[in-house]
Amino acid sequence: MSEYNPPVIELTVTRLKEFLRETEAIFWVFGFPLLLALALGFAFREKAPDRIPIGIVDAPNAKQRLALLSRSPALLPRIYDPAAAEQVLRTGKVSLLVEGTGVVIYRFDATRPDSRVARLEADDALQAAAGRRNPQPVRDQLVTERGSRYIDFLIPGLLGMNIMGTGMWSVGFNVVNARTRKLLKRLIATPMRKSDYLAAQFLARLGFLFLEVITLLVFTRFVFGVRVNGSWLLLGAICVAGAAAFSGLGILIASRAKTIEAVSGLMNVVMMPMWLCSGVFFSYERFPDAAKPYIRALPLTALNDALRGVMTEGLSAARVAPQLGIMLAWGVVSFLVGLKIFRWQ
Amino acid sequence: MNDVASSAIFCRGLKKYYPDVKAVDGLDLSIARGECFGLLGPNGAGKTTTIEILEGLITADAGEVEVLGMRWEGHEAELRERIGLALQETQLNEKLTVLEVLRLFRSFYRAGPSPAELMKQLSLDEKMNSRVGKLSGGQKQRLSVACGLVGDPDILFLDEPTTGLDPQSRLQLWDVVARFRSKGGTVLLTTHYMDEAQRLCDRIAIVDHGRLIALGTPAELIASLQASNVVEFTTQPLLAEAFVGAIPTQHGFIRHGEGWQLRVDSLAVSVPAIIASIEKSGTRLVTLSTHEATLEDVFVSLTGRELRDE
Repeated sequence: MSEYNPPVIELTVTRLKEFLRETEAIFWVFGFPLLLALALGFAFREKAPDRIPIGIVDAPNAKQRLALLSRSPALLPRIYDPAAAEQVLRTGKVSLLVEGTGVVIYRFDATRPDSRVARLEADDALQAAAGRRNPQPVRDQLVTERGSRYIDFLIPGLLGMNIMGTGMWSVGFNVVNARTRKLLKRLIATPMRKSDYLAAQFLARLGFLFLEVITLLVFTRFVFGVRVNGSWLLLGAICVAGAAAFSGLGILIASRAKTIEAVSGLMNVVMMPMWLCSGVFFSYERFPDAAKPYIRALPLTALNDALRGVMTEGLSAARVAPQLGIMLAWGVVSFLVGLKIFRWQ
Repeated sequence: MNDVASSAIFCRGLKKYYPDVKAVDGLDLSIARGECFGLLGPNGAGKTTTIEILEGLITADAGEVEVLGMRWEGHEAELRERIGLALQETQLNEKLTVLEVLRLFRSFYRAGPSPAELMKQLSLDEKMNSRVGKLSGGQKQRLSVACGLVGDPDILFLDEPTTGLDPQSRLQLWDVVARFRSKGGTVLLTTHYMDEAQRLCDRIAIVDHGRLIALGTPAELIASLQASNVVEFTTQPLLAEAFVGAIPTQHGFIRHGEGWQLRVDSLAVSVPAIIASIEKSGTRLVTLSTHEATLEDVFVSLTGRELRDE
């Protein structure tokens, strides 16, 4: 009967249609990542570094010090009477207090990085005013090149996070929804092959993955000038591998959950560590060395590393092969385990 | 009544125990090809568990099942092609249209009618491009049955097909069942509507607490009451049992709600006798009604409860 498509195609097409008719899903897949990119992009946009507020304890020499310290581009000095100065330092409204006549006294909390910076800047300004000359000539070169800004780091991470989120939600939510509505039970009462149903979840996922990635990349290209330095084809392959990993995980997570609440909880348990550890918003290099091999084995870390490698560094396929392998392994293993333990009723 | 070989559906010693309830407790059934067989019983009688075991969706704890001469284990693929069903409540994909759902289900089967034919047969053709979520209860139920017919099955299983439907929708579904049977199809349906069972089924099994309590054609079952009429009456205070037992032409009586229910041959003899007894006893008649005996009365006489006492 050639007028009917094979079941896996029909299942995929109907799943895509269902998805596209779901207004909320469209927002979470397409709208939300754009809003997130926009918000974070503006929050971390290029601008002069914030000046650090510091306090000068009121004394006869305070006005003069205010003038000297105001010349530093890194400091925002203000004069406080002694009692108020105590208060603003303790509550963190200023990072440093400058006081004393003759000997300059810096009061600050040495565990706060901004306090240490303020101490150095303030000292520099006061020493220079007092006549210090630097024996070693230096020149600052500020980094604003494309590819090395925070937004260039952030966008591949957001893309990875979005591929994870929508992949797991679209599969997990849909499967559990079909289970609670007894649609799964109805489907297995037909000759439909169970693997066709689950494969269709993944194939449909690929359909809107394409739209989702293109939307975010085009948007950030025009709004923030984020470019793809490597191969687009390779980028596509990485996204497909990522989708495979997270569709598989989605199926595994949804394989036995009976309610939407249960699957939501499981999703969060699985995704939360990856949001934090996999280098979405900040590099996982900050974690202890002992933890890094485990972090690198997470599918989102592999996806983010591969996306960053291709987008910012323009790495070749051979260089991201380990990450592709990690993602495919996650996808295949979790799909097979999910299929094995799947609860159809 | 039927030997195993010619049975469309056959089961023996079927048992399914859940921790809190014996859903099916030793059930034997044999349903002939071309027959429309009804499982009649109150909610919780084990009808759905029974039909889902026969559909191969639930595994029985004990007992044998054969469908079209085959066991489920080892023949699932073949059997799935040859049976069709409608579950008690399936919510099909709300965002898909009627046509899309039928095309999807049609793709699972080797052969069967086209979605267009089915929509025409089930009067869904005007709704072919409507989303499932926008259909009325009756239309959803017809679509659900259409999904059962889409593989041109030999057997159609319907679990409570008309529960909650308006009278017109029920009639439409009954027509669909009749048409399926006219082409030689076998139907197993569960219901707690006696009129549905009486109208559609060749034979009926009345089940309660997972056990078969009566089996036969609707006429046989009603005849087993040995009485063609039922009288129900209530009095203030309750009429003493001795008076009720003495009423002529009766074939038994039971306490029923606030009063008594009697199965009688002749209303013309029994009703005046009831009124006379009430006067004699000094109680006061509150209500009195009569009706022709139905399957409901068979159930009440067998269990002392009503089919729909929830």
